[in-house]
Amino acid sequence: MSRSIPSGVNDRAFAVAIGGVGGVLIVLIVAMLIASAMAVRPSDISRALASPEVRYALRLSFLTSCLSTLAALWVAIPLGYLLARYTFPMRGLVDALVDVPIVLPPLVVGVSLLALFRVTIVGQAVERIVPVSFEIPAIVIAQFVVGAAFATRTMRIAFEQLSPRQEAVAMTLGCSRAQAFWRVALPGVRRGVVTAGCLAWARAIGEFGPVLIFAGATRMRTEVAPTTIYLEYQAGNISGALAVAAILLLIALVVIAAARMFGASGGRAERGAP
Amino acid sequence: MIEFDRVTIASGSFRLTDITFVVPGGAYAALVGRTGVGKTTLVEALCGLRAVESGTIRIDGRDVTRLPPAARGVGYVPQDVALFEHLRVCDNIGFALALRGATRAENRARVSELAELMHIEALLDRRVGGLSGGERQRVALARALAGRPSVLALDEPLSALDEATREQMCDALLDAHRVSGATVLHITHSLSEAERLAGRVFRLTADGFRNGP
Repeated sequence: MSRSIPSGVNDRAFAVAIGGVGGVLIVLIVAMLIASAMAVRPSDISRALASPEVRYALRLSFLTSCLSTLAALWVAIPLGYLLARYTFPMRGLVDALVDVPIVLPPLVVGVSLLALFRVTIVGQAVERIVPVSFEIPAIVIAQFVVGAAFATRTMRIAFEQLSPRQEAVAMTLGCSRAQAFWRVALPGVRRGVVTAGCLAWARAIGEFGPVLIFAGATRMRTEVAPTTIYLEYQAGNISGALAVAAILLLIALVVIAAARMFGASGGRAERGAP
Repeated sequence: MIEFDRVTIASGSFRLTDITFVVPGGAYAALVGRTGVGKTTLVEALCGLRAVESGTIRIDGRDVTRLPPAARGVGYVPQDVALFEHLRVCDNIGFALALRGATRAENRARVSELAELMHIEALLDRRVGGLSGGERQRVALARALAGRPSVLALDEPLSALDEATREQMCDALLDAHRVSGATVLHITHSLSEAERLAGRVFRLTADGFRNGP
């Protein structure tokens, strides 16, 4: 007895099934966005923006996120390249350590940073020169630790998707390894750099747990936008908290759009032949 | 001239042992072998992209065994051509010249000369992303020739092309060889391709290296 070839109807049923299961998440996200938009009135946002505390928090969030993103890219580009191209002792351990800030509970990241700067001799020495914990530098460091981990992951994938033979050819054409990196590898992953930067920036501007523990929540001093949401909520000002949340939501949507327009989309880069 | 003198290359558990052959200066040689026997490894050792465990590699009588790729004077066209995707066709071809500090006029003149040789004049201002397989091969060949290398190392340059394009590309390879005067080592798994192009054919098998098909 011959078996029938799976029909187009079965294929459609399969597509509908996976679409239905996966669609739960999409529906949830869209519902959250709609709920947030409905819960906030434009007047709440203008009232929030009129508050000096909120304006300070937004300015500080923007400034510290830009600084921590630059620092994250400065580290993530070489580290991503190292992990993508080189084999060295304990490479697996280094690779796993990059994930630590991603998988650690955010509060634990904050406590660990506080321990590093308040308990260790090196940390205390740094604090004597430049006060870090419960000051603005603590915000940048807390944002950097998590943002750099995400940026490194992104850069590693971007470099892995670029054929290493491009650098090999560049070297036969006269480049040193460093020149091949600057002239071929780095321009070849420029979209990955944009994506990594957007990811790190988006993480940084929304970072709360490590910032709360390591930098505190002092108004007009170490207060960033997520801290404002927390403080307003604590004070019972739900509409104020929702207004700042809506501003962060708008910023997140702009960053996603920028990453989609100018960043890497998976698998676009040329892959090397085996 | 390319000389391999008792060259051993190790890569993990894979080894190529005691490879010895000579390609006379200006000759077109083909190295034939099945997939996985180490043809690419051998050409990478010639280019300086893979370390040699023992033995000597000479190019035009000069020992290049320990020299970096940049100092060997080998034009390399890898299997996947590896064009620089962020650059236009003209910048790909002129890459080696720009590195050596050639003036813009010198660069443009050499790029035009090679574009004419490879029949890709109309492509010079295009990005490489939209090129066909044959066009990509021609650009890669022009890029490899730009620095006037004494050796041209071609790793399966025709394997991904359809039959008509392959025939046109064979003519382009012969033109490149004739005009450049470079010694060519062409890696292929096709004996007919080797016999069509090369004056000298070597064979690499799992048992070792031998002169002649």
